[in-house]
Amino acid sequence: MMEHIRTPKVENVRLIDRTVSRKATVGTLYLSATHTIFVENNPETRKETWVLHSLVASVERPPTTPSGSHLVIRTKNFQVLELLVPQERDATDIHASLARLSRPEKYSELYCLSINPTANKEEREESWSFLDLQADYRRMGVPNNLWVGTPANSEYRVCDTYPSELFVPKSATPPVIVGSSKFRSRGRFPVLTYFHQDTLASICRCSQPLSGFSARSQEDEQMMQAIMKANPGSEYIYVVDTRPKLNAMANRAAGKGYENEDHYTNIKLQFIGIENIHVMRNSQQKIIDIKTPSMGDFLWGLESSGWLKHIKAVLDAGVFIAKAVAEEGVSVVVHCSDGWDRTAQACSLASVLLDPYYRTMKGLMLLIERDWVSFGHKFSHRYNHLDGDPKEVSPVIDQFVECVWQLSEQFPCAFEFNERFLIQLRRHVYSCQYGNFLGNSQKERRDMRLRERTYSLWPQLWKDRAQYVNPLYRADHTQTQGMLRPNTTPYCFKMWKGMYNRLEKSAPPRHSPADLLTAVREETQQLEQELTNHQEVAPRGTAHSGTKQGIQTPKSKMKRPGRPAPSTGDGSVDSPPHDYRSTQRGPPDPAMTLPLGPPKGSDPDDLSSACSDIESGVIDLSSRSSSGGDDCKDPESDEAIYCPAWSGTRGPDTGRLPC
Amino acid sequence: MEFSEHIKTANVEDVVLRRPFYQPTKGTLCVTGHHLIFSNRGGDSARPFLLLLRNIDAIEKSVENLLGYSRLFSSTGQSQRPSVSSGTITLKCKDLCVLQLDIPGMEECLNIASSIESLSSLETVSEMYPFFYRPPFLSLQDQWGLSSTEQHYAQMKEIHDGWRVSQVNRDYSVSPSYPPAVIVPHSIDDETLVKAARFRQGGRFPVLCYYHRETGTVIMRSSQPLSGANRKRCREDELLLQAVIDGSELGYIIDTRSSQQAQQARMTGGGFESKSCYRGWKRLHRQLEKGKVLQESLIKLVEACGDQSHSVDRWLSKLENSKWLSHVQTALSTAGLVAECVERDGHSVLVHGSEGTDTSLLVSSLAQLILDPDSRTLAGFLGLLEREWVQAGHPFQQRCAHSAYSHVRLRHEAPVFVLLLDCVWQLARQFPLAMGFSEPLLLRLAKEVYASDYGTFLCNSDQERCVTGVKERTHCLFQSLLRANERQHYSNPLYERTELAIWPSIQPPSLQLWKGLFLQWTDDALHLVEAQKVIQNLVSQCHRPLNEKVENTDG
Repeated sequence: MMEHIRTPKVENVRLIDRTVSRKATVGTLYLSATHTIFVENNPETRKETWVLHSLVASVERPPTTPSGSHLVIRTKNFQVLELLVPQERDATDIHASLARLSRPEKYSELYCLSINPTANKEEREESWSFLDLQADYRRMGVPNNLWVGTPANSEYRVCDTYPSELFVPKSATPPVIVGSSKFRSRGRFPVLTYFHQDTLASICRCSQPLSGFSARSQEDEQMMQAIMKANPGSEYIYVVDTRPKLNAMANRAAGKGYENEDHYTNIKLQFIGIENIHVMRNSQQKIIDIKTPSMGDFLWGLESSGWLKHIKAVLDAGVFIAKAVAEEGVSVVVHCSDGWDRTAQACSLASVLLDPYYRTMKGLMLLIERDWVSFGHKFSHRYNHLDGDPKEVSPVIDQFVECVWQLSEQFPCAFEFNERFLIQLRRHVYSCQYGNFLGNSQKERRDMRLRERTYSLWPQLWKDRAQYVNPLYRADHTQTQGMLRPNTTPYCFKMWKGMYNRLEKSAPPRHSPADLLTAVREETQQLEQELTNHQEVAPRGTAHSGTKQGIQTPKSKMKRPGRPAPSTGDGSVDSPPHDYRSTQRGPPDPAMTLPLGPPKGSDPDDLSSACSDIESGVIDLSSRSSSGGDDCKDPESDEAIYCPAWSGTRGPDTGRLPC
Repeated sequence: MEFSEHIKTANVEDVVLRRPFYQPTKGTLCVTGHHLIFSNRGGDSARPFLLLLRNIDAIEKSVENLLGYSRLFSSTGQSQRPSVSSGTITLKCKDLCVLQLDIPGMEECLNIASSIESLSSLETVSEMYPFFYRPPFLSLQDQWGLSSTEQHYAQMKEIHDGWRVSQVNRDYSVSPSYPPAVIVPHSIDDETLVKAARFRQGGRFPVLCYYHRETGTVIMRSSQPLSGANRKRCREDELLLQAVIDGSELGYIIDTRSSQQAQQARMTGGGFESKSCYRGWKRLHRQLEKGKVLQESLIKLVEACGDQSHSVDRWLSKLENSKWLSHVQTALSTAGLVAECVERDGHSVLVHGSEGTDTSLLVSSLAQLILDPDSRTLAGFLGLLEREWVQAGHPFQQRCAHSAYSHVRLRHEAPVFVLLLDCVWQLARQFPLAMGFSEPLLLRLAKEVYASDYGTFLCNSDQERCVTGVKERTHCLFQSLLRANERQHYSNPLYERTELAIWPSIQPPSLQLWKGLFLQWTDDALHLVEAQKVIQNLVSQCHRPLNEKVENTDG
């Protein structure tokens, strides 16, 4: 990638604060193989801003002005970075470099493959065995006397976008499987994704049948019959077609379509009406573009984007399936067109609703690994990992993640993880810092030998779980038990501010009660520990005062995470935090300061090697503190470790929003 | 008492009550002078359900007389006695709860309905329930109210040099809606005040409501000046404002009307402070809606929340159409502006609209919450409400006669106070640790302001409260809320005092619909209440054992 970097370092670049003040900070811009890095000149703070190349969505160059050339970098996680470069030539170079660096053409250019992790084979292999899908099937009681594993797809012979290990009804013979797969789009025949032990009902997934106007397949009909028979408690199954009925009908003209209820005995067909990837892509673009100075415009923009309507449709699909399985005890076969987008959304949401396990951190990881990764959701196409067909791009998993968030807003005690976990998860889907989401199917990943060449994300997230815990989660709380029955009335859906307006100044995510509670709990534990020590040392209360002060400060220590915000305390912001003066016509952007996250503290390993080949100025930065990301945990401890050599004074949480 | 003439049927058996979160229950309904009482026939330990008639905003009745008739001819053919006719009364309450009573007997149903109709709309203050409410835990001898102007002044030592308490309104003759005592600049004597008052609508001359220690600047409020079409001037009024900014070069007048509205007000005798007459004062206009517009906004919002059938698009368009969140945004942003003038720029501010009894109070009290940590404690907040709303003469009785469901033609109704509570909720949501009080307090206040056992929100002014004996013959809500067990319930477990100003974000995505209020009768609200409990437990769990251990160690 280095050959694409025309100018590795530009000095006297201004980073423009996109708030009302439009203040600029002067600093140096570095281009590394993986990041764009801006380092403030101010020796007091030396604030760093890191932007991963793979997260760059676009780089614009507005017309040159007398003061220099502007560059506007928009990232895939909805952040915007505006730079003013003094020399036009530099701006051209940066623009060209970034345009190329942010659009890799080959997998080998991606972060997780280009940055060869200092090969620790054991650690790497261990990271890939962190999750065990088969163990999760066993957890739900599969295989059993109704469902069995089939070797039909070993070596991906029957369906190259399916995983090699699949579960089918015990009565489904190999000819039935093969016949059914021939009658399904891309060979994606019905297979088990979730088995509900209480009712013995199951969720199966597949693609649309190649029924056209009249075609039928005996084997496919037998397959459906077998699925019904695999649930002794029910006389019929639901076939959920997650598409709008019109779309499904249109597909018949192309020799595809949906199940004819006359040919299949005992199925009930249900259309849900989730729109296709093109509609979703446009809708998300609209919600990103909402300009929000006035409430009226905002709500109008929200409405006309249609985004929340789509979110509701996805959730409705999940609710329908979950209810059928848990309340009626009826098995459900889910498909859309190819069965890898809407089907993945609907099936995984149904699992979240049905099974409390998938509302834990590890459970959600497994769910994504199963319903998305293993079943051939086309990650690299959908999230534009390589410069490819823009029409293939669509925020499919964004919608799933957002549905989970909407649920967690409705059931604050039901999820083990917090909003930050979801945001981080989504970020990694786009960033390619780990090998998990590369490629479009299990087969592709195997062919790329990703397990030998990259690390898995999951153990890393798990290691950092302390910052992803929802303190309100109680494994024994009523909200945690059994099936979730969400209210899907329109007023229950709201704009996900944490995702789309992340950098607004006041009340950043760190100021949520949840964060405070986590802090309180940690604090308490720590203090209890101190207290224990203290009691051991001085059982009769003759302690030295140092420890005692520690005991008396829980409140004051709590301040850091919960600091009520605004601006003044921190010193980094000295203008009024909001534009009260021009209420309606102010510059539209919500206050945006710039902690565009460098890859979080989670991947110093890959970074350290990254730095070996970039120029010396940047090497120091590799030992950066974890300041700046969405993930700014208590910086004090981190900085003690990471405090970069060049930074004499310890910056106050380097330009972060006031915590 | 003449309540009995309104009650034609006092008791009905076998009534079915349907209300949110409960299974329909059968029991006895009883109408009294101030309440509907429903008791479960089983008569277990279950307490009877008590509904203050004053809380009822609208009543709809439907009588079915055909039921028995149709059964006679039903195909199942069982010969039945024609079952008695029955009726259904739907009660839509001012706290936005909707309940339903199935009453056997058409006549009983109609009687009950008409009793409710007349009793719930009684307007004589001294007949209202607070005059009859005598709980064992309160005594009429207790102090009514939390504080007085004099006490408030006494606590603020730092203003004693520049400011004084004036009793010029002791007999309410200068301004009928002001309290007897107000705080004004030291250099302005009562005579000047009297003359300045004549130049302000309703005699509401500029008075102090907040003094900012760090900058020494103040927030004042008043009503509009009566400059009229002839651009009249009043030297005393100018002197008064001059004294406010004495020494400094600039003060801001935040007019809560658009400049066009302010211009138009001159035609009807009102007006604004012109630049030439008020040297050093700079006027800024921020249009805040009030009165009918605000009331209609509330009605539309509640209507939108009540209909669960529509699509996401329709919901969002109705939400937008209600404009409620826009009003929240404008109120918070104007308050932010006031606070900014005081804290950042170090200039004093005068806030007024026209009467100075609605939006001025809204803005001045929100600005204080932003700036003043003392007003963010439980007691401090209630004190703020008492000073800035009750004593300052917000006409509660007129504004809160009816809420969102009423079919009665609107007169002076406007949910300004509810809008305040919503804005405070937004502040508390954005700064979850900064407020000493919790959402349940705001919800309680939103309910009490429309229908209450207490006298606090009765009448339109201090004067009226004195005349009707509210202070002697009713109990004070604020006092009651500060009793130990209530205090616990209404405190924010996460509270941690901050001395800093809390600048609210007014970006639309930061402002949310107040589900706790507008959707409080849906299941959705239940989960959030549960979450609150978990938070409470968590905090107390975390602190209790630790405190105990620390104590043990010390001992």
